[in-house]
Amino acid sequence: MITRDELRQIAGNGIWKQNTSIVQILGLCPLLAVTTNLVNGVMLSLATIIVMALSGFAVASLRNFIPHEIRIPVFILIVAALVTVVDLLFNANLHELYVVLGIFIPLIVTNCIVLARVEAFANKNPPLQSTVDGIFMGVGMLWTLALLGGLRELIGAGTLFSGIDMVFPGLQPLQLLPDDYPGLLLAILPPGAFILLGCMIAWKNWIEARAAARQAKLPSATGASVNAG
Amino acid sequence: MTHPPKDPTAATMAVRTAVILFVFVIVFTGLLSGAYLWTRPAIEASAEEERMKLIDDVLPRGAYDNNLLRDTVRIPPSPLLGLDETSTVYRARRGGEIVALVLEAVAPDGYSGKIRLLLAVGADGTLSGVRVTQHRETPGLGDYIEPKKDKNKARPWITQFNGLSLATVGEREWRVKKDGGRFDSMAGATVTPRAVVKAVHKTLTYVEQERTHLFAPPEGSRP
Repeated sequence: MITRDELRQIAGNGIWKQNTSIVQILGLCPLLAVTTNLVNGVMLSLATIIVMALSGFAVASLRNFIPHEIRIPVFILIVAALVTVVDLLFNANLHELYVVLGIFIPLIVTNCIVLARVEAFANKNPPLQSTVDGIFMGVGMLWTLALLGGLRELIGAGTLFSGIDMVFPGLQPLQLLPDDYPGLLLAILPPGAFILLGCMIAWKNWIEARAAARQAKLPSATGASVNAG
Repeated sequence: MTHPPKDPTAATMAVRTAVILFVFVIVFTGLLSGAYLWTRPAIEASAEEERMKLIDDVLPRGAYDNNLLRDTVRIPPSPLLGLDETSTVYRARRGGEIVALVLEAVAPDGYSGKIRLLLAVGADGTLSGVRVTQHRETPGLGDYIEPKKDKNKARPWITQFNGLSLATVGEREWRVKKDGGRFDSMAGATVTPRAVVKAVHKTLTYVEQERTHLFAPPEGSRP
């Protein structure tokens, strides 16, 4: 079973402390290629969540049978097989969803987050915890990719949610900036992704540094009061 | 398996890990083949449906009464079509008469690589429709050749070709307006439409050249 504390810790790590995109800086290849708009970023993350939960569960269940020396090839085998099986099953049974998510599933293979979490977490923890870890790592990726995709789309094209009609037919993308907004191509091309990702990492570090500074001040303040006392 | 009594030697270790890895490979290969075989019929059915959906975009279903996926001609690679592999031409018939051909072409000189097109050409050489099936043009700039990405929803760029033929549009008009032709293009992204216009023109030329072969009687073409 999983305790509340464990759950809180796994969730905190996935969403913020060990965030794949802005802390571990893993999986930049799909990140650069896909986050040209918000919908793509969210869709890739959803596909990744599914694969990460499954691979976490599979590796954690089999971890006692995998010799340490050959764990990496076995992990790659498991992850690659799972991605392919998920791809096939989606294509056959959930074709509508596959049309939307399908192009992202093979991209997950290029994503080292899956292998990294399997090696760092699922290899050492029980199946339930590993599944939850996979899900929350994916959730962490979801919000960063959504933010990055949204920013790139807004700056680059002045729209938001373009492509939403492919997921939910009938919905229309939002035109946030005036129609004559010329667009900024740089934001849509890969360099724009690097620049914005850099800004997001800086923003995260700034928040951390501020929290750390406040923490550092606190003990000295109590220390002073003790001295005064 | 029982534990080896003493520290295993390097050789036994190697054999042991090799055997374990082998077992994993067998199990997961089995899993993959199982999934593949189990899902294949459904995937093939939906692939065919997808192809029909694409064809519906260029040729309305009411225009023909045969199963055009089953009435095909294989054509060798041709520089006019920009293809370097054998491709398939689908023949739409009404009452046995060929009314249109659906074929693929590639514009090799897009802004970032090849642009794949699907075209339907009527028996009189008139374009019934053109669609881009695959491209890597710059998102938000050159991708308006795809109606889904085109901001002009009422009359997407690619529909300009509908109803045109070599007979009605002169040789020199098969260019974007910027180059003195008749086709619109968007400022800042003329490489993409230029490539598409050129490819469409070349495809019509190909159909004209190969007319006798493509519109040949059905024998030997129905699998």
